[in-house]
Amino acid sequence: MTMITEETAKKLLTKVLAFSKADECECNLDGRTAGNIRYARNTVSTAGEESDVVLAVQSTFGKRMGVATINEFDDASLEKVVRRSEELARLAPENEELMPVFGKQAYLKTPTYVEATAKVTPEVRANAADASITPSKKNKMIASGFLEEEVTFSAIMNSKGLFAYNTATNVDFSVTIRTEDGKGSGWATRNFSDYSMLDTGKASEIAIQKARGSVDAKEMEPGKYTVILEPAASVTLINNMINNFGQREADEGRSFLSKKVPKGEKGPSNKLGEKMFDERVNIYTDPQHPIAPSAPFGGNGYPRKRMDWIKNGVIANMPNTPYWAKHTNTEYIPGGGNIIMAGGSESLEDMIKNTRRGVLVTRLWYIRTLDPQTLLYTGLTRDGTFYIENGKIKYPIKNFRFNESPIVMLNNIEALGVPQRIDGNMIPPMKIRDFTFSSLSDAV
Amino acid sequence: MERRDFIKLGGVGMGTIMLPMSGIAVSAEQMLDKPMDVAYKKKLADIALNAAKAKGATYADARIGRYLNQFVTTRETRVDNIVNTESAGIGIRVIANGTWGFASTSNMTPDSVAKTAEKAVAVAKANSKFQTSPVVLAPVKGTGDVSWQTPITKNAMEVPIKDKVELLLAANNAAMTNGANYITSIMFLVNEQKYFASTDGSYIDQDIHRLWAPFFATAIGENGFKQRNGLGNPVGMGYEYLDGLEKDKIRIQGANVGYNNSYDIIEDAAAAGKQLKAKLAAKSVEPGKYDLVLDPAHLMLTIHESVGHPLELDRVLGYEANFAGTSFATLDKWKSGKFQYGSDIVNLFADKTQPYSLGNVAYDDEGVKTKQWDLVKDGILVNYQATRDQVHMIDQKESHGCCYSQSWRDVQFQRMPNVSLKPNEKDISAEDVIKDVEKGIYIAGRGSFSIDQQRYNFQFGGQLFYEIKDGKIVDQIEDVAYQSNTQEFWNSCTQLAGKSDYRLGGSFFDGKGQPSQSSAVSHGCPTTRFNNINVINTARNV
Repeated sequence: MTMITEETAKKLLTKVLAFSKADECECNLDGRTAGNIRYARNTVSTAGEESDVVLAVQSTFGKRMGVATINEFDDASLEKVVRRSEELARLAPENEELMPVFGKQAYLKTPTYVEATAKVTPEVRANAADASITPSKKNKMIASGFLEEEVTFSAIMNSKGLFAYNTATNVDFSVTIRTEDGKGSGWATRNFSDYSMLDTGKASEIAIQKARGSVDAKEMEPGKYTVILEPAASVTLINNMINNFGQREADEGRSFLSKKVPKGEKGPSNKLGEKMFDERVNIYTDPQHPIAPSAPFGGNGYPRKRMDWIKNGVIANMPNTPYWAKHTNTEYIPGGGNIIMAGGSESLEDMIKNTRRGVLVTRLWYIRTLDPQTLLYTGLTRDGTFYIENGKIKYPIKNFRFNESPIVMLNNIEALGVPQRIDGNMIPPMKIRDFTFSSLSDAV
Repeated sequence: MERRDFIKLGGVGMGTIMLPMSGIAVSAEQMLDKPMDVAYKKKLADIALNAAKAKGATYADARIGRYLNQFVTTRETRVDNIVNTESAGIGIRVIANGTWGFASTSNMTPDSVAKTAEKAVAVAKANSKFQTSPVVLAPVKGTGDVSWQTPITKNAMEVPIKDKVELLLAANNAAMTNGANYITSIMFLVNEQKYFASTDGSYIDQDIHRLWAPFFATAIGENGFKQRNGLGNPVGMGYEYLDGLEKDKIRIQGANVGYNNSYDIIEDAAAAGKQLKAKLAAKSVEPGKYDLVLDPAHLMLTIHESVGHPLELDRVLGYEANFAGTSFATLDKWKSGKFQYGSDIVNLFADKTQPYSLGNVAYDDEGVKTKQWDLVKDGILVNYQATRDQVHMIDQKESHGCCYSQSWRDVQFQRMPNVSLKPNEKDISAEDVIKDVEKGIYIAGRGSFSIDQQRYNFQFGGQLFYEIKDGKIVDQIEDVAYQSNTQEFWNSCTQLAGKSDYRLGGSFFDGKGQPSQSSAVSHGCPTTRFNNINVINTARNV
């Protein structure tokens, strides 16, 4: 599929809006072209390419709204989707929280698109898989991996004059390499906007090293340990915490950021401005980040800009909705498109060298909420868990289940390393004291 | 239904509830349009099969799909969203040079269908360079022209939107007048119209219906908040599931109402409000060893995670190693014929034939007639779940009929069938199971669940927890999770209720594969007791 250019998107959406009879109309046009290759047991299992473009039309009459979507673009289909969104809007009951669409906006330039990623072919993917399988075979190990690259575009236009357009590229690669006897398992992941930065062979070497190093893991008693969490180990916990930053849920009393106001007293109902974490914790969103950028607008076309969520350990801002902003007489703060966590200057190797006793964690798996009030999560270590003693990796250890909260984690920081891109975010390796491992797992 | 049809709504108590975003919109009336004429579908399918064979395919199948969804989302006293979507197209899978190839298109002109079939053959040929051993398919006899429909009595797509909105808002009101401060309720309706044809001579037309009406209620107290989700199940039924018939209710004295093939969402929401108030005042569990009595709406998920997934043959063989993981239930354990998966009263079976279940179809997505078979018999591991190209790896000649794709767009692969626990042959009640417990906890509803990548260590929570003392349910308690090892857990199974207590629960969005696909699957079981299980307290000061 050819990607729809800004000019074509503008023409198409202008045509769609011309069909509208609603009080307000907003159209989102989103497209994706992606290619993937999957391998297991040292051989390719599936490969494919897919592309799709979807037009979503939102029509409103007063306080009634309807949304309809379509993936055909002839004039008749365009008119049909507009009529259907209007029909659904008429069927919908009134929603007193419905807000008007935004007018014309100005956007930041963001480096989300890299041409090299758009040029990847099935042969390139096959060679990348081969570069991972070959060293695995040479080392008598078994590789399973997945590589997917995508080119996306997003365009928005509405009846109040707003128009936004952005293109982006993304590459995800992950590989699990296991010893033939199943006693060792290693894993590596890579995430870029630019395909030319990907070296699947090099990433696979790390997975091979971890697989070899994790054979014959020893049992350690569950308990509180100093841990070094690689970025892949902490990203989900950080992401879950930021996803629970919403102002409305906090104001309504159902968030870890809710604040109980004593009866008869007046005061803020959320923890905005409170210090909740170690002062080295700085987490923000930044669409213009040079390594992990995001689109300069969200789904409603409102511009994204750099915004602190946690500054020097203090709750700096909380995202809300246009309705809740109006309702609470605060500024509208949209959610971010990425999570950027500031780190330090130490490399992972330095962090290991500076640890007397600790556990190195490659990744955490099957993370689920135990208590939303304390953000207590459970999950397990996987694919490379090692005991560190006197600055060196001493031996592999059996996987642990953890029961821990990122709130506790970010108060128990010993050191932060150089942030790395993962899942479109920037997360540093973290050395954390008193991390709670609750039980042992036999899984390799 | 595909996960990507939704965007994350977020917010406390919402879990992973998503809002619809893609698919082709259709009007409420159009949802009732007659599907594409079967004769025309057959013609299109033959074009695909012939084009594939002409390019050198030794086998081909074509799936012409029309997928209709409707979602209604409400919050407290208002409707957040009403959406209808439709997605239609054809997916063509072939074997050429002993290798699978797949291609799909939404353009269903004869020319486009033929070209897509040719593309599938080209993909197979390109991938064959990497193939180490050719695909071996278990034989399937062609069915000729057959059809099947989910046994529904009320097509949910035909029920006016107004009725659905009223029902959800009435449930919200029931929860809020009884103690909830906030509630979100949703209705998901799915209709998969699937036509399958293969070079084996099968032409199978199936019309599949599924429904789920979950809610998520929250109450705020002096010292925080509590949540309680609905106890209704996702089902392979029509709108009749929401009739709330008394005959399908099982009332557990001092605890919850269990729902079988009919759900009373208003009653359940009202109970949720009251139970939320009790949760706010409930004492926190004392950690330690307890006998657990697990309600079917809870145990279904434990079965899903600790039996369903580890017995997927592709996991066992390593095909899912990079994503969901592998399995502790290795081939050597199965071959020994002695692997004690559970105690000798544990009998777990797989099927895609139970009426009202999410997995219920007459034929799977590679034209195999569905059936029932044993996975664990008298406690011993006896079989896995496999597709046509897998059964030869476990020396079997007949596919189990577990092939599924979430849409016409995606390639079909091995997915979990319904996996269920057989009830006690003596038809004893849930209360009979509880009555012998001295120190125990009764758990209802699905909560937090986490399990390792080989399915040994798991930790599960629930929605409602009740202390059992000397054979009786006493107080509602909080902060409970149990942690165990799959084999130890199933070997500690000591009592099962009988068939009158057997109920189906289900998972509407089970994820697997890369790129990930979603499928819906049910698990039936009676109220069941497990002795001496480790219980932890999940409350923590931060």
